[in-house]
Amino acid sequence: MIEIDPITLSVLAGRMEQIADEMDATLFRAAFNPIIAEAHDASHGLYSATTGDTLIQGKSGLPIFVGVMSFAVKAVIEKAAADGDLEDGDIYIFNDAHIGGTHLSDMRLVRPYFRNGTLFCYLASVGHWHDVGGAVPGNYNPAATEVFQEAFVLPPVKLARKGEINQDIIDILLRNTRLPQSAMGDLNGQLGALDLGVRRMDELLDEYEADTVSAALAALSDRAEALMRSELQELPDGRWETEDFLDNDGITDEPLRIKLALEIKDDQMVLDFTGSSPQCAGPVNIALPTTVATAYVAIKHVFPALPANAGVMRPIDVIVPEDSLLSAKFPAPTGGYTETILRMIDVVFSAFANAAPGRVVANAYGTINALSIAGKRSNGQPWVMFSFYGGGHGGSVESDGLNHGNAPISTATIPPMEILEAAYPVMFRQWALRPDSAGAGTHRGGLGAIYEIEVLEENGAQAFLFGERGKFAPKGIAQGGDGAMNVFTYEQDDGWKAPPLVSKMRGIELKQGQAVRLETPGGGGYGAAGHRSPEAIARDVARGHTSAEQADQDYGPAWREVTP
Amino acid sequence: MSGRMIGVDVGGTFTDVFVLNEADGSATVAKVPTTRPDQSGGFLDGIGREVEDLSEISVVVHGTTAGTNALLERKGARTGVICTEGLRDVLEMRRRDRPRTWGLRGDFDPVVDRRDRLEVPERTLADGTIRTPVDLDAVRKAAKQLLEQGCEAVAILFANAYANPDNEAAAVAAIREIWPNPHVSASSEILPEIREFERFSTTALNAYLQPEVSGYLTRLENALRSGGFDGEFMIVQSNGGVMGVNTASRLPVRTALSGPAAGVIASGYIAQSAGFDNVITGDMGGTSFDVSLISQGQTMLSAQTSIDFGMVVRNPMIEITTIGAGGGSIAWVDKGGLLNIGPESAGSNPGPVAYGFGNDRPTVTDANVVLGRIDPDNPIGGKLERLDVEAAGKAIDIHVGEPLGLTRLEAAEAILRVANSRMAGAIRLVSIERGFDPKRFAFMPFGGGGALHAGAMLAEVGIARAIVPRYPGVTSALGCVIADMRQDFVQTINTLVTQLNQAALGAFMQEHVDQGMALLDASRTTFERREVSFELDMAYVGQTHTVPVSLTVKMTDGKVTAPGKADIEQAFDTAYHATYGRLLKNGVRRILNLRSAVTGKRPKFDLSSLAPATEGKVAPSSTRKVHFGNAWHDTAIFDRLSLPVGTVIKGPAILTQPDTTVLIEPDFQGRVDSFGNTIIEPQGED
Repeated sequence: MIEIDPITLSVLAGRMEQIADEMDATLFRAAFNPIIAEAHDASHGLYSATTGDTLIQGKSGLPIFVGVMSFAVKAVIEKAAADGDLEDGDIYIFNDAHIGGTHLSDMRLVRPYFRNGTLFCYLASVGHWHDVGGAVPGNYNPAATEVFQEAFVLPPVKLARKGEINQDIIDILLRNTRLPQSAMGDLNGQLGALDLGVRRMDELLDEYEADTVSAALAALSDRAEALMRSELQELPDGRWETEDFLDNDGITDEPLRIKLALEIKDDQMVLDFTGSSPQCAGPVNIALPTTVATAYVAIKHVFPALPANAGVMRPIDVIVPEDSLLSAKFPAPTGGYTETILRMIDVVFSAFANAAPGRVVANAYGTINALSIAGKRSNGQPWVMFSFYGGGHGGSVESDGLNHGNAPISTATIPPMEILEAAYPVMFRQWALRPDSAGAGTHRGGLGAIYEIEVLEENGAQAFLFGERGKFAPKGIAQGGDGAMNVFTYEQDDGWKAPPLVSKMRGIELKQGQAVRLETPGGGGYGAAGHRSPEAIARDVARGHTSAEQADQDYGPAWREVTP
Repeated sequence: MSGRMIGVDVGGTFTDVFVLNEADGSATVAKVPTTRPDQSGGFLDGIGREVEDLSEISVVVHGTTAGTNALLERKGARTGVICTEGLRDVLEMRRRDRPRTWGLRGDFDPVVDRRDRLEVPERTLADGTIRTPVDLDAVRKAAKQLLEQGCEAVAILFANAYANPDNEAAAVAAIREIWPNPHVSASSEILPEIREFERFSTTALNAYLQPEVSGYLTRLENALRSGGFDGEFMIVQSNGGVMGVNTASRLPVRTALSGPAAGVIASGYIAQSAGFDNVITGDMGGTSFDVSLISQGQTMLSAQTSIDFGMVVRNPMIEITTIGAGGGSIAWVDKGGLLNIGPESAGSNPGPVAYGFGNDRPTVTDANVVLGRIDPDNPIGGKLERLDVEAAGKAIDIHVGEPLGLTRLEAAEAILRVANSRMAGAIRLVSIERGFDPKRFAFMPFGGGGALHAGAMLAEVGIARAIVPRYPGVTSALGCVIADMRQDFVQTINTLVTQLNQAALGAFMQEHVDQGMALLDASRTTFERREVSFELDMAYVGQTHTVPVSLTVKMTDGKVTAPGKADIEQAFDTAYHATYGRLLKNGVRRILNLRSAVTGKRPKFDLSSLAPATEGKVAPSSTRKVHFGNAWHDTAIFDRLSLPVGTVIKGPAILTQPDTTVLIEPDFQGRVDSFGNTIIEPQGED
């Protein structure tokens, strides 16, 4: 391996990051479904030819994929080694979450990149497809007890051999989705992104020697590791335990524990999840790759300057008990993985708050709130409105939490209300902030939201919710208060009802003119409420972010002496 | 009418004035300090230096940052919102984004306080059906309440007003009867386009800017008129076109990128005159490097921009890609040992270490100083006596050299190499990503610092040549004099092509043309010709992103004949194929928006009037040691403006003029073309 000077390294790092960014941009533009095109639920990168480790990843893709994509590549490396037939121009495709992490909606394409006949690295593309079969449109089935009820499962197979697309695979895919056109559009977009990645790598390697680029990739991993070690060294040594809970698994109304012991010693760290609940019947299990990837996401939020590179994880040991819901075995359902990994991030933040409270923010709203409303129009055409809804972020040492933000695992924006109303027979009675939902604190949490959605279609509709935080509130840190919990209700002939499992329900029958109402959690507060300035409290009350009663309860009456 | 045409660009530090004498084609430029907070002082001072009798002026065109600054500094008026029941928080909720991907920190306050956002009973559905008629008593009551609370401006933001503006129009009429000033903005008037947050944000920001910007423009106009000015006063819009001052006062949000837009327009014209239709411009300022692409003489437009987190303006704007690599960008080594440039910047205050105003972290400019590329004894801008080379060198040693084990000169070269690589990355991004080959483009640096890096851009990106305009420091002011008058219109249609109501589409097109032509008619400027263009935003059903589809539309005597469905389908297929390389079998084509532009082409002046003499002495004024690669080179310094047409200077050389330093690196040469531009290219060409 040749030595590489630090300047060439900086230059090459920028060039390769640009390649991954450009792949992201290509898919965002071309994708059919709004979950990719608008919510950017996709990712691209360059991965090691031998280990599958993440070398470079695009900046605009979904944060959770930064850690999880290498598992997809590893799976392909194993498959290719077993079959012994890896060739230039091959493209593998699969969605099996037990092998590649996350959930079955995420379609992964992995393409070996050859230079002068030698495997140089892998390029990969992942994107969240709109529908991949299964019992529930959009694939968030809260009652699933096996993956087979969530979606069709595709193991790693060759979509292309030596540049020749295998149409059979495409035919199978398109026959297994409710939205074949959307799926075909997204697949084309992903293929286009990979093509572009190959062209850009060719150009880069025309300009720089392959050895130089290889050396740069190795050096970047070493530097990522060095960066992580120096960050850890700045933190106090110690061991801190935290736990938090999921409401239930959608099947049985029992809380599920996520337990963490965080240990920092010198320049190393252990995240030990021993003591977390066993694998459950419902779809809040996650596979081991997802757990490791989530640990990475949480760490990167604590240390935002870290690069998207596997070297970061070298000084970190993630211990996951064999039989827990954090290392679920096939065919356990994993469709609701988002809820579990959000809770993992919460416990990591809460644990770090003990080690270095200024480094982290309080818990964010902690649920993706996947809500689908579906039905048939009078002309018989089916429709599915599927979206995620936002909530409050946690307060931090520097400011209040953000009102109505996106989930920490994602950078997804919400589709405009008018786009949803134009596409589906619904009307939003309310799209608003939720007063009194913020956790109290020196810096309070951000506010959650209220969405009230009325069905306009004369045939009525069915609603499905996959949410969390209905029984356990987002936590404050450094003595900050907790945010408000998730509240979901729906309208029936005899008034408003709440689901028996609080935050999860399928097949809610709605008539024309009836509505569902989602009140999402606020973020936890940072610091003791007693230290919040009376001016800030009075301003919150004047603006209606906080009611006078709530302010008295959280902060006492001192704010009443202040003119906002 | 013959007189003086004046372009005025007010920047952060200087106000530039470009004066064209229409009678003989001669031009003069003036640079005066920008006055703050009221920019009109510098504006009038600058004009006054060049023109004694304001009645000789036929046109004043102004590129202004008044609107941008008011947004960035949150200095707009107290503004109220009257909106649909249930939607008062749309402005505060944004599109559920966050300021930074990693770290989850930061909060957001919209420009309109929640106390000043009031709801009224009314509701229009997505298909235009009115479900709840607007309660006008509630509207009047809300307006009065906002006035009592001290609001100077008001925005009316109703759901689905793009599909049917009746409720909103009724509310606006009621408010205009009682509102004591013209600062009333309605979402269906400002932007009749689907997507409530983008429409509401653009409308609210327009209202927020109205008192400030219209006040500023009125002060300027009154001062000009009282000095005897009887010509036309126009403002540059973000789309690169100009508009009358009355339109600007009504639609100030359209000035959000006024200043930079004028610069790009001028660059396009200068490059085209010099024989280059394809050009990539690079404006290097203190904190950023702004890149824009012009293909076949056409600037690229983008549909919207964020002025700051959560402050979205949706209007066609000249597409400018910004990266945080300016002269003041700070060089630093991260904990993993990687050299980075920016995004943190010392800006122009305190500025680079060499300025001696208290910054002790090295910047890109400091690297240029240490390597001798900037003359420490004659700093440009005239603010300083001399630059502190030793302090700059020490900062580079401490923050870059020592951590990386490099000598001072190696570290300075490294800073430039990484900065150049980032700038080159931005150039690649704007060109390659859009399917353009950068090798077919010329690079035009403008602004103070860009011409120091031109050679590096050629080497990094493989561009054949760079054009440094004769007066790079006043490019934006020159652009004001050149820009055409242009109005953009949008209307959401939202229909399948098969269900298109051709007559309704035609009516919208006609309305856009009539409004645009009326604005041109109202102007006292003479136009060489008028142009109308129509575009549809289209996609297949199920697809989110649309492609712009240009329409060829027949017009006779100002009357539009709407295109037929077959024509639209064919135009879509062509555009879609060009964008994605394939068509979708059995795809259903959908039209989302109609976009129209009405342009009045203003007469252009001949740039050769700015050219230097064709003969003259070519001798260096001095020589200086400048560091390139790994050695010092004796480098000749020339006074750039006195070089005659046709001069070829071999690198290494430096050309100086009052506000710009042009660097010609070894193996490159600089040639003075017939307009006085300097063409930088590898030696051995021509």
